[in-house]
Amino acid sequence: MATKSLHKRDNALAQSKKQLEILSNGIFQNGELPTFKDKIAETSQFPLKAKPLEILQINVGYMCNQVCEHCHVDAGPDRKEIMTKETMQQCLEVIKKTGAHTLDLTGGAPEMNPNFRWFVEEAAKAGIKDFIIRSNLTIIRANKKYYDLPEFFKKHNVHVVSSMPHWTRGKTDKQRGDGVFDKSIKALQELNAIGYGMPDSNLRLDLVYNPSGAFLPGDQASMEKDFKKALMEDFGIQFHNLFAITNLPISRFLDYLIASENYEDYMYQLVDAYNPAAVANVMCTNTLSVSWDGYLYDCDFNQMLELPVNSKVKHISEYNEDLLEGRNIVISQHCYGCTAGAGSSCQGTVA
Amino acid sequence: MSKTYYDPADLRKFGNITEWDEELGNKFFDYYGKVFEEGALTAREKSLIALAVAHTEQCPYCIDAYTKDTLQRGVTKEEMMEAIHVGAAIKSGATLVHGVQMMDKVNKLDG
Repeated sequence: MATKSLHKRDNALAQSKKQLEILSNGIFQNGELPTFKDKIAETSQFPLKAKPLEILQINVGYMCNQVCEHCHVDAGPDRKEIMTKETMQQCLEVIKKTGAHTLDLTGGAPEMNPNFRWFVEEAAKAGIKDFIIRSNLTIIRANKKYYDLPEFFKKHNVHVVSSMPHWTRGKTDKQRGDGVFDKSIKALQELNAIGYGMPDSNLRLDLVYNPSGAFLPGDQASMEKDFKKALMEDFGIQFHNLFAITNLPISRFLDYLIASENYEDYMYQLVDAYNPAAVANVMCTNTLSVSWDGYLYDCDFNQMLELPVNSKVKHISEYNEDLLEGRNIVISQHCYGCTAGAGSSCQGTVA
Repeated sequence: MSKTYYDPADLRKFGNITEWDEELGNKFFDYYGKVFEEGALTAREKSLIALAVAHTEQCPYCIDAYTKDTLQRGVTKEEMMEAIHVGAAIKSGATLVHGVQMMDKVNKLDG
């Protein structure tokens, strides 16, 4: 398993341009498979248009304590892109006035941003209904300075959403690194101990499942049952919901698909499982993604592909929700990842 | 014309069998879909049974399809291999239990 990001390894796929070329050439260029644009046009869903904003997702930096095999962010300890306090301040101005019901902080490991706690404290004052932090769990056990994170989350009534690829050690560590499973279990037990994830608790704890290889996620409800049963029986752990998320063919997962000679088969799987009903609710239509340097994107995936919003408003400093609404969503073939089967989003299935 | 009997790409064309007999093809796929729905057995359990049977039937399409299907349902490698051993045990048991017939025949002819 690699311990450095694609960027650090000078891998060609660290460049978004190269990724977009791959996604536009080959089977999509020779007509074997339809482009995403042509596919959604079949059901008169092109162009996709932004609806009123519901979810404001802010990526506070690409630095992470883990180097997961399939990370779409290409995050890792060697990434230095970190949101500054100044950009956070600009985000806070937006958070105070947004119509979004959900604020979603992500990374990297968002907790590694030096101004993370200040930002959370300030953002929590805005009183947004659902305040999510995407925590990788191991960060809570990575260093003493993070041990009190569960209490910090609780104090600010933060909704914790954490990746957990499987209920077994082998599959989890294969994808996320040696020792990740044991640390994640410990972190989940600590979160449970202060009330997170308990059946009647308001302290929300959800898990994110994404497949460990070149296949699509199974039925979300069935997977949730299996996760709950296994984690309870083996470790006494409880959580609220499981979000089953499809791996999008970008960044490190694209690198894995190509290296393992699964790329074409995977794209066929995505296209074969295309579901127009998922297109209707795809997350880019109600979400806005803010990058570490304050630029705006339709989703976190477009952020990583450096495909900015198609709007006059490009940066958080010039934010205008009314102007952003109705914009045409920027698409490419990676979008098939969000429309396969029951659909996929940062909040799980959509159809 | 393909130079091999099996082509992995044919699996995605399975649905095309309805083109030459729509009624029976559709009836088959309706039945197939219904069989694999959650019931007294979970869809996960059914998928593991299908994986074991795919091996005893030695159907390469089915092995591809149900290896992927079980992975999608979070089935582990250990569970998959155990399921195949169940199929193999029944297959070998079915061979060996006929040994009783052979023994009876020997005893009758040459006892």
